[in-house]
Amino acid sequence: MPLTALIAEDEPLLAQALQAELAAAWPELRVVATARDGHSAVREALRLLPQVLFFDIRMPGLDGLGAAAELADSWPTDEAPMPQLVFVTAYDEYAARAFEAEAIDYVLKPVQSERLRKTVARLQQALAAAAPSMTPPVPPEEVLERTLAQWRQVLGAAGAASAAPTASSSSTPLRMIAASDAGGATVRMVPIDEVLYFEAADKYLRVLTATQEYLIRTPLKQLLPQLDPGAFWQVHRAVVVRSAAIEAVHRDETGKLHLALRGRTEKIPVSRLYAHLFRAM
Amino acid sequence: MTAAADTARPSRFRAENLRDILRHGLITVTFCCVIAAALAVSGVGSWSSQMVYSLSIGTISWLVIDTGRLFISGHQNVLWPHGPWGFVLVAFGVVLGFLGGGAIGDAWVGRPLFDFSGFARHRMASTIVITLAATIGMCYLFYSLGRSKHMQRQIDLAQRDATEARLKLLETQLEPHMLFNTLANLRALITVDPPRAVAMLDRLNSYLRMTLSGSRALSHPLAAEFDRLGDYLELMSVRMGERLRYTLDLPDDLRDTPVPPLLLQPLVENSIRHGLEPQVEGGEIAVRARKEARQLVIEVSDTGVGLDAAPRQPSQEGGGFGLEQVRERLATVYGEQGRLSLRPAVTGGGTRVTLHLPLPA
Repeated sequence: MPLTALIAEDEPLLAQALQAELAAAWPELRVVATARDGHSAVREALRLLPQVLFFDIRMPGLDGLGAAAELADSWPTDEAPMPQLVFVTAYDEYAARAFEAEAIDYVLKPVQSERLRKTVARLQQALAAAAPSMTPPVPPEEVLERTLAQWRQVLGAAGAASAAPTASSSSTPLRMIAASDAGGATVRMVPIDEVLYFEAADKYLRVLTATQEYLIRTPLKQLLPQLDPGAFWQVHRAVVVRSAAIEAVHRDETGKLHLALRGRTEKIPVSRLYAHLFRAM
Repeated sequence: MTAAADTARPSRFRAENLRDILRHGLITVTFCCVIAAALAVSGVGSWSSQMVYSLSIGTISWLVIDTGRLFISGHQNVLWPHGPWGFVLVAFGVVLGFLGGGAIGDAWVGRPLFDFSGFARHRMASTIVITLAATIGMCYLFYSLGRSKHMQRQIDLAQRDATEARLKLLETQLEPHMLFNTLANLRALITVDPPRAVAMLDRLNSYLRMTLSGSRALSHPLAAEFDRLGDYLELMSVRMGERLRYTLDLPDDLRDTPVPPLLLQPLVENSIRHGLEPQVEGGEIAVRARKEARQLVIEVSDTGVGLDAAPRQPSQEGGGFGLEQVRERLATVYGEQGRLSLRPAVTGGGTRVTLHLPLPA
């Protein structure tokens, strides 16, 4: 089976350049599609199931982080192994710094051949380790878990990076949420201790307590660094729950996890990326 | 000086202040020697007794006043007590210096302590006058020294703030993401389309030149402003391909109208960054200038995602900085006569920013 890759990059010339550099650094790799935005990247990846993804972080519609998180959940793991994920980013002062530690799962634009070769070497190594011909064979669950861990790491670094400008406020955890009501005339002060979960919805963030729902306009990624990481867990790209409020975790027929919270009746979906939080002891 | 900066100041007992006190002490001692010498030369008393009187009085007054102001200073920047307390402190220092120093001097020359009779009374009066005059003079000198030092520090701070503001402006204009993406595109073009790469490099060249010098010049012709917008939009359209279409419309009779440099740049950047870039299909930007009732009207409109769809940008991320910056510049240059309004575009979603500027007579 030929090795295939997908490039998601909104700037046509840069997509072309990356493809040319890849052709030189990794002749066996075939770029099967080039997507111009996050949504079509997800669509094309699910249609073609490539082994490697090169995702630009800033893209219209859905950014690279969002596209990756969506793919992590909808990837048909029984049809094809989860692909290797590489972020491609221009100078984003924070991203570059955060990524420096990982050093290998991202490529900086303009793409330089030397650097790309290192990334390619690592990708080849990772793909070889996951190949079924390995002896002794690595169980598929372990391969999946390993790939998911890599995705978590890359997404975590990139996510922390994009929230970094506001991270200065994270030294003291947030105590109150100030939420204005529909008319905007009244601001409700909601103690953080009453919040059971946060859910991102379109351009709002829903704040849910046992009895009430409030809307705020702070994006989840900016709120996250201000929350106590022990008290609140991210379980989905769009959902952060109070860990102490989790009553049970259910697995449905398709293998997807859902949370039941004390005090709320709705079921909360858990992303595949965060399923490791709920593995039985 | 803000309250925050005051509380951030280190303790009043910091080394710098203690050094100041010692320096004052040295000056005081020198000054006392001069007084003693002057008195001795004019035959008021022996050289050595004048030295003892003068030094004892001076040293005690200096110690009392200079350490006293550390403890009761109400003003952290110039260490000196508020209002009448300054006079009280000086008076206290003079009295203590006069009594204590006088006693030491009396003991030294073997004269009875505090002898208020005849000749001594006359001597005492002149000692009081000298002590008082010298102390007030010294205090005034030290106070003004301290204050000018503080003023100098304030000026340094203000200069640093101004430099920082300029740097921040430059940083937003040379947005690193834009710069590095442009370089990445340029690198790609060099191999596939060298003539286009050269054209792009020329655009980048004039864009950078303008950005770097623009923060210095006070005004330039509207035509030059439009040329720079052309450079920027051309650079962006190489990057965005067919996702960016633009129109620049400048009537000939407005070409020479002077405007502040880079006034429109942040508006076009906003249109691209918050309007077109988030939109998968991209869109159109139009910049139009026209004359209307003796005013120059410039419109920057786009068919982007519009005001509602754009998530509110927290100010520290630099969103909103562009508009604020343009408003401030309008206010500085034109005062009440410069206006900026932001509203949804008439057609096709998107945003329209309109500037009204007075036309030069």
